[in-house]
Amino acid sequence: MRGAYNCIVMCLAIPGRVEEITTDGIIRVGRVNFGGVVKRVCLDYVPEVEVGDYTLVHVGFALSKIDAETAEQTLEDFRALGVLEEELASEEEQLARAAERPQSNCPDGSCEIERS
Amino acid sequence: MKYLTEFRDGEIAQRLAREIRAVTTRPWKIMEVCGGQTHSIIRNGIDQMLPAGVEMVHGPGCPVCVTPLELIDKALAIAAQPGVIFCSFGDMLRVPGTEGDLFQVKGRGGDVRVVYSPLDAVELAAKNPDKQVVFFGVGFETTAPANAMSVHVAKRRGLKNFSLLVSHVLVPPAIEAILQAPGNQVQAFLLAGHVCSVMGYWEYPPLAEKYGIPLVVTGFEPLDLLDGIRRAVVQLEAGRHEVENAYARVVSYEGNRGAQKQLGEVFEVTDRAWRGIGVIPKSGWRLSAGYREFDAEERFRIAGIRTQESPLCHAGDVLRGAIKPAECPAFGKECTPRHPLGATMVSSEGACAAYYNYGRFISAEELARAAS
Amino acid sequence: MAVESKSDAVDFSRWSCPLPLADYPAIVMGHGGGGKLGNELVEHLFLPAFRNRALDDLGDAAVLELSGGRVAMSTDSFVVQPLFFPGGSIGELAVNGTVNDLAVSGAVPRWLSASFILEEGFALAQLAAIVEEMAKAAATAGVQIVTGDTKVVERGHGDGCYINTAGVGVLREGIQVGPARAQAGDAVLVSGTIGDHGMAIMSVREGLEFESPIRSDCAALNGMIAAVLDAAGGAVRAMRDPTRGGLASTLNEIARASGVGVAIDEARLPVRPEVQSACELLGLDPVYVANEGKAVFFVAPESADVVLEVLRGHPLGQEAARIGQATAEHKGMLVARTALGANRVIPLQIGEQLPRIC
Repeated sequence: MRGAYNCIVMCLAIPGRVEEITTDGIIRVGRVNFGGVVKRVCLDYVPEVEVGDYTLVHVGFALSKIDAETAEQTLEDFRALGVLEEELASEEEQLARAAERPQSNCPDGSCEIERS
Repeated sequence: MKYLTEFRDGEIAQRLAREIRAVTTRPWKIMEVCGGQTHSIIRNGIDQMLPAGVEMVHGPGCPVCVTPLELIDKALAIAAQPGVIFCSFGDMLRVPGTEGDLFQVKGRGGDVRVVYSPLDAVELAAKNPDKQVVFFGVGFETTAPANAMSVHVAKRRGLKNFSLLVSHVLVPPAIEAILQAPGNQVQAFLLAGHVCSVMGYWEYPPLAEKYGIPLVVTGFEPLDLLDGIRRAVVQLEAGRHEVENAYARVVSYEGNRGAQKQLGEVFEVTDRAWRGIGVIPKSGWRLSAGYREFDAEERFRIAGIRTQESPLCHAGDVLRGAIKPAECPAFGKECTPRHPLGATMVSSEGACAAYYNYGRFISAEELARAAS
Repeated sequence: MAVESKSDAVDFSRWSCPLPLADYPAIVMGHGGGGKLGNELVEHLFLPAFRNRALDDLGDAAVLELSGGRVAMSTDSFVVQPLFFPGGSIGELAVNGTVNDLAVSGAVPRWLSASFILEEGFALAQLAAIVEEMAKAAATAGVQIVTGDTKVVERGHGDGCYINTAGVGVLREGIQVGPARAQAGDAVLVSGTIGDHGMAIMSVREGLEFESPIRSDCAALNGMIAAVLDAAGGAVRAMRDPTRGGLASTLNEIARASGVGVAIDEARLPVRPEVQSACELLGLDPVYVANEGKAVFFVAPESADVVLEVLRGHPLGQEAARIGQATAEHKGMLVARTALGANRVIPLQIGEQLPRIC
């Protein structure tokens, strides 16, 4: 009864963690873990990917290594996005927002922030 | 799931949406090319989060949708032949040909199988030496490396009973065709992030320059899409027209060199007909001379195909971004996922399917008012 | 097809006279013929397994005692493939499915019929395993299987085993529940994680491998529902078990029947991480995936907390959650607030997204 339905998405490429790498004699093969589901994936196109790396997989083929540092930096940039807006906000709003932020020991905020 | 969940954060999404609203002063039309991006936008309601002036136009980035009707009819003819195991991705099963679809061929006794990967089809060929195994190789550049590898493996293993029915289409010529179409209103593009993971984005600076439009490499998760849109709007407002990479964790400028090399060996560029749009020169790939023996069209030589599109179907207009699916008179009436008139209503990347399955019978305004 | 090992080794020693059955390792046409072979199946397989007075009488109909009041009746057929899957089998589904349909109607399930359509060549060991599971499920649910039938179809027809169960239950006094009784303002509760059963089936069909395998949630809900009705009684307006078509279909049906809108919050839907991952991989949405051990409740808002507490205190409802409410807006439609804060309509799914799921 394999594939007795029609909802496999075509452009679906999702990230997974490489757990094991072997070969089947012709191609480089890996066991890749997608949030708990493990699948067999062809790793021939990503020779730089090693066990522990995350890779983008499409129809059973790894296409690209996911750069962990870049991913982290992107999220950091997103988190920093609201900051400019906060600086432009009215004083009242700024005070309200400041009250919600973790409080620091120094009035000018220059020393270590204590996270509650 | 790592690298998915973080890029769906609701709070950051709201922030990105606020940023877009803060920088928008004029109306803009931005096209996302890839059908997977269309689905993500509609499913997540990203178009609802944009300021009223910023409109997302849905592009022809659905390879199933643009596969020529003639090729679908050839696929049906091949699949109906005894001694053939016809393999494809799940999407293709209900794409309407002139007379029926693959699912109906299966119902009449054809050996039609859904596979997850083209390598599964190669395995079937190895295990069934007395049958002809055909894989329907439909896709953009994202899927091409998989198909290339399957043919390469079949050749290495000396399999004589495996062939590929090829319908590969390329993104840059499609974008150019849209820009050149008379009456084009698209002012910026979100480039398909997974296509670029293979091809890089070195092909695009000449396009940005020639047409004076911003091009932003964009991913598929809500934060990726919002960031891609944000960068496009920022450029439009500033009058810039550059290529930007908003999907840097996956995409590099050169792309995947190894994959491109394999593609260069197995495929060669050719003119292709796009269903609903017409022939776009040099917009597709076919098997190169060294691999032509694996071409199913050559092996089976189906003749006498007479194609007939439904007169009620406006898939072409939808694919060009001229209308939204809900504006098609047949939408939800004569045309539903159960009885599709065109591929856009049945493919998992088709815009009509996205609108139907995510309940877009009502307008975005009404939806926004249905707050809990 | 792959079968769990328990069905391969049947313990005939508990049975009254195993020898005739042991001579026939597979079902033959005669087993459905009403003659000697059929009788042997009844006497040596069904009777010992289901064990009750009504069945033992072996009449054409079971004679049952009712102490007055209204009666609820329900039927369902089970054609699931594969027959055995992580967390259950067609046998358990067949019992629990009908028990649950009675329970969500406000009835105390009492008696079931069990009809089998078997394919010639079906392994007796598999049938015995299925019947054993049914007996256990019936005992757990506190119901009796009091009548039944067996037919056999030729090899090539019938896919192994199909089961139909019909059930009769007695309606509780003073309880009026139904899909048309939800009112605007009612709290919408679900008794636990969604998508488990459907994804357990899909994982077998698609050969997915898991770190921790997804198990079907197949279970009899009458005990849990009785506890809810004991605590909140008339405040429960509608109950349903979201089987085929999943939570989305059930909420849509109640919305239409009651003429209310239903608004839910996606962030509040309980979904197991493995189920979420498997859905991502296969391009499925958990709200459309079948459940076989969950219930949805529409409860008057002032009683919602009480019901939630009762659910969470029950072994089958520990992950119960309040997911939204019925509303006077967008009548007949199910609308979800996404994690991004946008709204999306969740329509009834077209056609069979996942065939042969129960």
